[in-house]
Amino acid sequence: MKKIWILAHLTFLEAIRRRIVLTGLVLGILFLLVYSIGFYMIFTAISNETALDATAFARVAQNEMSNFLLMAGLYAITFLSVAMGALLSADTLAGKISSGTIQTIVTKPLRRSDVVLGKWLGFAGLLALYLLLMAGGTVLSVFLQSGYLPRNLLAGLSMIYLEALLVMTFSLACSSAMPALATGGTVFGLYGLAFIGGWIEQIGAIFNNQTAIQVGIATSLLFPTEAIWRRATFEMQSAFGAVLQMTPFVTLSVPNQLMIAYALLYLLVALAAAIRIFQNRDI
Amino acid sequence: MSDAAIETEGLRKVFGDHTAVEDLTLQVSQGEVFGFLGPNGAGKTTSIKMLLGLVTPTSGQASILGAPIGDRATLARVGFLPEHFRFQDWLTAGEFLWLHGELLGMNAQALKTRRDQLLEQVGLAPFRNKQLRTFSKGMLQRIGLAQALLNHPALVFLDEPTSGLDPVGRRLVRDVIHELRSEGTCVFLNSHLLSEIEVTCDRVAFIRHGEVVRILSLASLNGNQAVVTIRASGLTSAMVSEMARWGRDIESSDQQLTLTVHNEDAIPEINRYLVAQGANVYAISPSRISLEDIFIETVGKDGGL
Repeated sequence: MKKIWILAHLTFLEAIRRRIVLTGLVLGILFLLVYSIGFYMIFTAISNETALDATAFARVAQNEMSNFLLMAGLYAITFLSVAMGALLSADTLAGKISSGTIQTIVTKPLRRSDVVLGKWLGFAGLLALYLLLMAGGTVLSVFLQSGYLPRNLLAGLSMIYLEALLVMTFSLACSSAMPALATGGTVFGLYGLAFIGGWIEQIGAIFNNQTAIQVGIATSLLFPTEAIWRRATFEMQSAFGAVLQMTPFVTLSVPNQLMIAYALLYLLVALAAAIRIFQNRDI
Repeated sequence: MSDAAIETEGLRKVFGDHTAVEDLTLQVSQGEVFGFLGPNGAGKTTSIKMLLGLVTPTSGQASILGAPIGDRATLARVGFLPEHFRFQDWLTAGEFLWLHGELLGMNAQALKTRRDQLLEQVGLAPFRNKQLRTFSKGMLQRIGLAQALLNHPALVFLDEPTSGLDPVGRRLVRDVIHELRSEGTCVFLNSHLLSEIEVTCDRVAFIRHGEVVRILSLASLNGNQAVVTIRASGLTSAMVSEMARWGRDIESSDQQLTLTVHNEDAIPEINRYLVAQGANVYAISPSRISLEDIFIETVGKDGGL
């Protein structure tokens, strides 16, 4: 266990020394700045429009707009976290094997699984910090300007974190078997497939087309990223939006708890595969 | 298994359709400095990697320090300097040693003392707070060597430890190996630099196509063996066959006779014999056998390709 911590700490230190943390922080703050300015301008415009009739409807309109903008921000952040997860881990094992860095590590009295778990833990920590900065910052910016907080915020953000972890873990598993570029191609290819499958399912749901819904579910089983995202939007969607069913961030075909359990299982299997492949590999 | 530091039997590794190591059978004693020689691609690095558990053998058996290969606890008593290594170049020299000591399970106090001592020994104490990416190849080799010695190992694998080193660095490696020997550490040295092997090793194994073709004790080499070339006329075949008394590998032509003698003391005796038998001896020139001669003789001029 101690060895896992040593390697997790090493992963953290590497991210700091290689300026990954710094660039993430600087670009993250830039993102929050642009987002806040955008939100300010739109929200002011809406507020001016609705200020004349100070009814309950005005409040609802403001909340809807806040929810919409918040979800748009979180959608971008989810993609960034997914990309971050994939890129962080894509080169870890493959790169370290080809450069030979790993040779003096795995010939120490430790399990090879310690190496994989240490890396995983380090990346999971980095992703948590990244999400805390980005999603936390976005939610805070919206809240400070409009007083709006989505419902089930924690459940929603947990889903986004789960999605980033899933992609990172899958990428780690790939990287124990193949070079970084192949890993990147595979991960983003599957992510795109799940993305388009999710939309087919959504639109299928509007027209009540069972085949389209099945296609969506099949792609979600292949790579459950989009399903987790839709669960996140479902958790955080406004009550009103759920009734109206009209923004891209309202989920029509809601992935159920079973799909979330499946995603968790998927993650564990990917982690086990990463360990297994790495254990049996000649270095 | 016995108390040998390394013992292998029929160790074999096949990568796809390429056999890297054919059949490695070898025994290295505790406290011995053992040289592993062979042309490029002979399977030297793969052999070391199998012994360290980096590469799984296709077949065969091996043990290090009495435990089967891959045994984790044993690795705490082993040191390893890989060939073509790249280290975490964003760590400082001090942090780098600290990391490896922690992974070895050393306690903080012992590690601190040992780290400082090794930085001093390999001449990198002034650079302890510099990141490894600013290091030259020679400096990296030195920090790698320090890393391999952190745990006062009972067995050290050094894969091409002098590559990239200047003469001063090579001298340092040689001194380190002498010191290890005096401490009773077994050193398994893989090197191309025969002159290094010659001055540091007790025994060497020549390998070719992943097979041990010859094991040689260097004590015998450093003894008085020599190749003697004799220029004389009137040599008879009886005289030539009589040479077997003093040496081996006898070759003769019209006016010339060469043989390898076990001892240079044989030279005056040979001279007396030839003269007594009526040969006219014009010159006798002995030349010491170098490891390089044996290397070429053993693996062939083609380098075993």
